[in-house]
Amino acid sequence: MSAIREIRVGLATCGIAAGADRVLSALKASLSSSGTDVPIRRVGCVGMCYNEPLVDVVTDDGVVTYGNLDEKGARRIIDEHVLGGEPVDALRVDSDDFLSRQVRIVLENCGIIDPESLDDYRERGGYDGLNRVLKDMSRQDVIDMITEAGLRGRGGGGFPTGLKWSLAEREAGPEKYVICNADEGDPGAFMDRSVLEGDPHRVLEGMAIAGYAIGATHGIIYVRAEYPLAIARLKRAIADASGAGLLGDRILGSDFSFGIKIKAGAGAFVCGEETALIASIEGRRGMPRRRPPYPSESGVWGRPTCINNVETLANVPWITRHGAEAFSAYGMGKSRGTKVFALAGRIRHSGLIEVPMGMTIREIVYDIGGGILDDRPLKAVQMGGPSGGCIPEALADTPVDYEELKTTGAIVGSGGMIVLDDSSCMVDIARFFLDFTQKESCGKCTFCRIGTKRMLEMLTRICSGEGVPEDLETLVTLGEKVKANSLCGLGQTAPNPVLTTAKYFRDEYMAHLVDGACPAKVCKPLLRYEIDPETCRDCKLCVKGCPTGAISQGDGAYQTIDPDVCVQCGRCHQVCPFGAIAVETGKVKAQ
Amino acid sequence: MNTLSSSVQRTTSADSGPFDGRRQGNIIPLLQEAQEKFGYISEEHIDKVAHATGVSASVVYGVATFYSQFRLRAPGKHMIRVCEGTACHVLGAGDVLEALKMHLGIDVGGTTADGRFSLESVRCLGCCSLAPAMVIDDETYGRVTPNKIGKILETYRKEGNE
Repeated sequence: MSAIREIRVGLATCGIAAGADRVLSALKASLSSSGTDVPIRRVGCVGMCYNEPLVDVVTDDGVVTYGNLDEKGARRIIDEHVLGGEPVDALRVDSDDFLSRQVRIVLENCGIIDPESLDDYRERGGYDGLNRVLKDMSRQDVIDMITEAGLRGRGGGGFPTGLKWSLAEREAGPEKYVICNADEGDPGAFMDRSVLEGDPHRVLEGMAIAGYAIGATHGIIYVRAEYPLAIARLKRAIADASGAGLLGDRILGSDFSFGIKIKAGAGAFVCGEETALIASIEGRRGMPRRRPPYPSESGVWGRPTCINNVETLANVPWITRHGAEAFSAYGMGKSRGTKVFALAGRIRHSGLIEVPMGMTIREIVYDIGGGILDDRPLKAVQMGGPSGGCIPEALADTPVDYEELKTTGAIVGSGGMIVLDDSSCMVDIARFFLDFTQKESCGKCTFCRIGTKRMLEMLTRICSGEGVPEDLETLVTLGEKVKANSLCGLGQTAPNPVLTTAKYFRDEYMAHLVDGACPAKVCKPLLRYEIDPETCRDCKLCVKGCPTGAISQGDGAYQTIDPDVCVQCGRCHQVCPFGAIAVETGKVKAQ
Repeated sequence: MNTLSSSVQRTTSADSGPFDGRRQGNIIPLLQEAQEKFGYISEEHIDKVAHATGVSASVVYGVATFYSQFRLRAPGKHMIRVCEGTACHVLGAGDVLEALKMHLGIDVGGTTADGRFSLESVRCLGCCSLAPAMVIDDETYGRVTPNKIGKILETYRKEGNE
């Protein structure tokens, strides 16, 4: 029997939502009642969200991972594995497929260290990079190193980080700012949250190195208020780092002083845009302004400001420790290093992954993601959220590369990757994202404010079966105009989900417009519900479930639905235990 | 309101350096604090924040209405937040929301007449692997279906009658 070193419990937001708190209590209770002392380490998210709650038992021979646990499972792990020495095979989950093809730079500590422990971070080489920078490198050296590494903005823009830093470095002034943009607003994206919750010191170290490089003394983390756990862990990390002389005055005995504060956002997607973010920090409505002047010249309170995304900054400590060459060894073309993605949607292994740039979308979906739920066919992958586009299955061999993805009309984006299958309606997806951007438009630019509204009305009409064939051309024309006439990234990219679906899934739009059919059977007004007399057992659950009284006894021992009264809510379909209610779409064929 | 005034003082004095000495920068943190303590932002809070930060009440009102986090009306006893993130949308969040509206008889943003439930939709709760998800107060419910709604709400209704 190999000795048990420790037990790791994943306690990020996703784990807690799945019940990790209860699992932790059960583990503790079992341990203490048995009188055994095994250290329990609370760690962040390892990325296998589909198996949450997760527990690792670390032994001399390696790590045994258990997943999908409840209190009972937790007690079994203690009784059978920790005390009995026999791993509980029934509760084990296989992490090899999911992890073996990943390259972990940003996520190297997530799920392994205790995010609330500075010692844990330092044991894994934490703050060595900062130490090295302060002792051996000039400001220019640091900027050159980041430029050589080929690091680019991971928030979606892909702007070269070294260049951004040198622009801010060039500006004069005793008061400069480094801002960490943690206003992660894309629905379905949680890369930044996982890093902040699982390895907060990494972001602080990245900020301090950026501060040194550009000559800043102030750092601000602008983080979503919806991330309370990330905020709590950041606060703790800032206090611990300040106490250890890693932040504050004369860091590590050098001449460099740098402090970090947290500003919580208040729920406005547009604040991910640099100038809107600055307005929000200054206490104003988060509306973007014209550039120039760029934030590097005039940012927060009119001072030179360098704004980097969480993931961008989280790469920096690794690069300073391992060198630019080691980083640029990963990737392809002008996209170097790795990218973190939040994989979700109709996929088996939804979770957080980090892959080398250049891996194809198909490899991500099938080799890491484990393929589509219920073995259905892959239809498309939505990348970049409301600013991105849908890449059809035919282009799934496109590599994750800033330039290559741009040619498809989508973008690498901040890291949301939603997998869609034949049960997803592309018109509905386009409408979903436009509904989002239309509501989040700050209203400053006419085309973004009114153009997105008109586009949304058209899409809603199409999804209700009330569209006219000309709608498609109008949508595309208006979309191009919204892109051309908006001031900031929100408006300039808002039409992308519509334009890419109109380009790759034209047939699906035409099915809605001409045939009155939703091939994926998602758009409710285009659906019909019909009861199969052969399968119906007359249990009347559908009658009870129907909110409009559309279902009644027909001539035989089965129910019928009156199409004039039915509102296509689908409740009968959901409650029928015999699968007797079929969903049809398209015009009724003449008898 | 005493608690809020003291926090106004604390915020402004603790941040007296060049960094946060700009008082207007405290508008959002103060509004957040008020909402945290009182559940929503009243007219009185807006006046106090305006006074503390040296701007007019209309500026504070403008900020409070710009950001979706801020509520200007008192919420119900239990806050139901349904995730409308992409993953949840694809896996049926729309049906869940419709079922909740029907059970509660209110629309998104509304509060039931008995003041027991408020219904909100949020952009992403960040637990996409549990999609479709919803949160009632601090409790997360994953893989929700319309059929489960009645039972879930019942537990909160019962608890209130005890």
